[in-house]
Amino acid sequence: MVWQRKDLLGLEELSREEIELILSTAESFKEVSTRDIKKVPALRGKTVVNLFYEPSTRTRVSFEVAAKRLSADVINIATETSSVKKGETLIDTGKNIQALKADIIVMRHNYSGAAAMLAKHLEISVVNAGDGWHEHPTQALLDIFTLKEKMGKIAGINVSIVGDIAHSRVARSNIWGLTKLGAKVTVCAPEILIPPAIEEMGVVVTSDIQEALREADAVNVLRMQFERDSSNAFPQQIEYFKNFGLTCERLEKAKKNIIVMHPGPINRGIEMSSEIADGSKSVILEQVTNGIAVRMAVLFLVAQAKDRKDENIN
Amino acid sequence: MKILIKNGLVIDPANHVKENFDILIEAGKISKVAKNISAAADKVIDASAKVIIPGLVDMHAHLRQPGREDKETIASATAAALKGGITSLLAMPNTSPAIDSVQAIELLKTLVKKNSLANVLICGAITNGRLGKELSDIVGLAKGGAIAISDDGASVDDEKIFQQALKIAKTEKILTICHCEDKSLSNQGVVNLGIISTKLGLRGISSESEYKRIERDIRLAEKIGAVIHIAHVSCKESVEVIRQAKKRGVRVTCETAPHYFSFTQDSLVDYDTNKKMNPPLRSRQDQEAVKKGLKDGTIDVIASDHAPHTENEKDIEFDRAEFGVVGLETELSAGISELVENKILSLPQLVEKLALNPARILGIAKGAIAPGDDADIAIIDPAKEWLVQKENLVSKSKNSAFLGRRLKGVVEYTIYNGKIAYQA
Repeated sequence: MVWQRKDLLGLEELSREEIELILSTAESFKEVSTRDIKKVPALRGKTVVNLFYEPSTRTRVSFEVAAKRLSADVINIATETSSVKKGETLIDTGKNIQALKADIIVMRHNYSGAAAMLAKHLEISVVNAGDGWHEHPTQALLDIFTLKEKMGKIAGINVSIVGDIAHSRVARSNIWGLTKLGAKVTVCAPEILIPPAIEEMGVVVTSDIQEALREADAVNVLRMQFERDSSNAFPQQIEYFKNFGLTCERLEKAKKNIIVMHPGPINRGIEMSSEIADGSKSVILEQVTNGIAVRMAVLFLVAQAKDRKDENIN
Repeated sequence: MKILIKNGLVIDPANHVKENFDILIEAGKISKVAKNISAAADKVIDASAKVIIPGLVDMHAHLRQPGREDKETIASATAAALKGGITSLLAMPNTSPAIDSVQAIELLKTLVKKNSLANVLICGAITNGRLGKELSDIVGLAKGGAIAISDDGASVDDEKIFQQALKIAKTEKILTICHCEDKSLSNQGVVNLGIISTKLGLRGISSESEYKRIERDIRLAEKIGAVIHIAHVSCKESVEVIRQAKKRGVRVTCETAPHYFSFTQDSLVDYDTNKKMNPPLRSRQDQEAVKKGLKDGTIDVIASDHAPHTENEKDIEFDRAEFGVVGLETELSAGISELVENKILSLPQLVEKLALNPARILGIAKGAIAPGDDADIAIIDPAKEWLVQKENLVSKSKNSAFLGRRLKGVVEYTIYNGKIAYQA
């Protein structure tokens, strides 16, 4: 199959084949980062703009490294230094970047749907690096890539996602991606952090961490963001760890080879104990490494699709 | 000016008429409805194969003047209304200033007199600045010509204040229109609460926030013996609450808007801000319940809730975009396309919901076609299709939920006050 989309906005709209294409492309890019000269010329002459409306270090750096290993030029724009503060609309900002003849905008935005809106108004590619509570497709893709590496397959495996499901774009993208590839997904959170009707997305819901761990081949632990939504926040961090935190005792009752994942940054002692984070079941740092390969694949595929489209027009 | 309309199918639910007639209009009034009228006229309209209906009465429109003339003006809104076959419309009071005082209503009346192309009726505010804190001068507003009161856009949270308003409205014999929303339950939501808010990662507005407040308003109206009208009913529980209230004899009527029977929350998948309104587009079951409520008479009225907004206020992030859609020009066509075509309502029943019922609820002598009636008439081609596009909307704002949709039903002529006010 050939990748057709100029943008990557979320995993909801992707087919299983499209997801698999990104994963297999990432596989071939993974090797680049092991070379002495960690660079291929795939995006030479292309300009990638990281447009970040929310503070982010790891996602931005990961995209920047990915773009540079593809030989693209990278420009970082953070809200503090842009004219966004002067009241420029997102569409105007996007059109200005397009007028600079950039090729890809990688955007992180605090409002759900912002990436989709920008993509609709621009001819250049938009890659969603997280929009509000909606989607964070490259994070889910790197989670799935890591799982596939460890398990050999996605179809039929049990994945539990634990944490603030209601406000998590990582959870939503993982649910779409994993269920499309045939995994069985369980979400686990205090009841107030489970969004309504989420079963309709094809997941099992529980508020019992032990229940969520029992059959799990992997557990993806989300970062608790107590600061984000004061009206819905789980009252006490300690209370959360007591009821939902990943500990050695809890993992003892799980499958022996269970894989522990976390999108980072970890709140040690809140989502999981340090023993788990640094332990043998943890693949957290491998996720970071794989993030480069997955983002290289995404940048490469959208750029190619855009080039093909332009050729067809000309 | 004398106008003679020949050979149209006259649909006039007030007089149980559905028959081919000629209509003679003289001096702003309908002078004759009969077969084969032969009379000298300044203008003869051949309406064969067309349908003649009373000019529509839209009891829920935001004209934006005074204060937000960048969105809409009385002139542009009434021009849009005429294009939609609407000859009377009720202007909601959430202007700037709000219509909450004698001075404000006098200002509005002056503006209407100067700019209006159709019959603009005035709804006053229940509380000062529509803030829900202190009653406006409802008596002064009524004496000044307001035929209804509403804080539309907000509900009066304070029960004591709302009860006082109902009592004054009862004495003044004006209608209280209720925007039913418990903001503590709809808290900052932007789409329906449920699978759609979950999928899109947006805050949800529960049905509860709507029907709980309808229950309250009905309870208070029942206690006081006041007459209330519930605005923009969108969900199944609301329809049921009103159905039960009507059964036990509460003097309550209600409306829905075309978007609630034409769309569901599923059309929000691409974050289209022209599908963002309050109350929000609900589920398929809610849409079915609204249609059923229209069919069984629980829902008396279809009103546009015409809410113009500039592109600057809509072409932004979904959370930040304004609530509301324009609707004057698509109301009749949406009714024909969704309700008449799908046999939910007959064309005469649709005309009842769009003209006769709102006229009766507002207590105005409109919505009928008989000798002596005001000559407010629309001549329509119910079978003709048109494509809704920004370019063919005359409203100043283009935020229609129907953009890109083909609708059935075109207004050929709108006659207002005995004159041809719009011609396609």
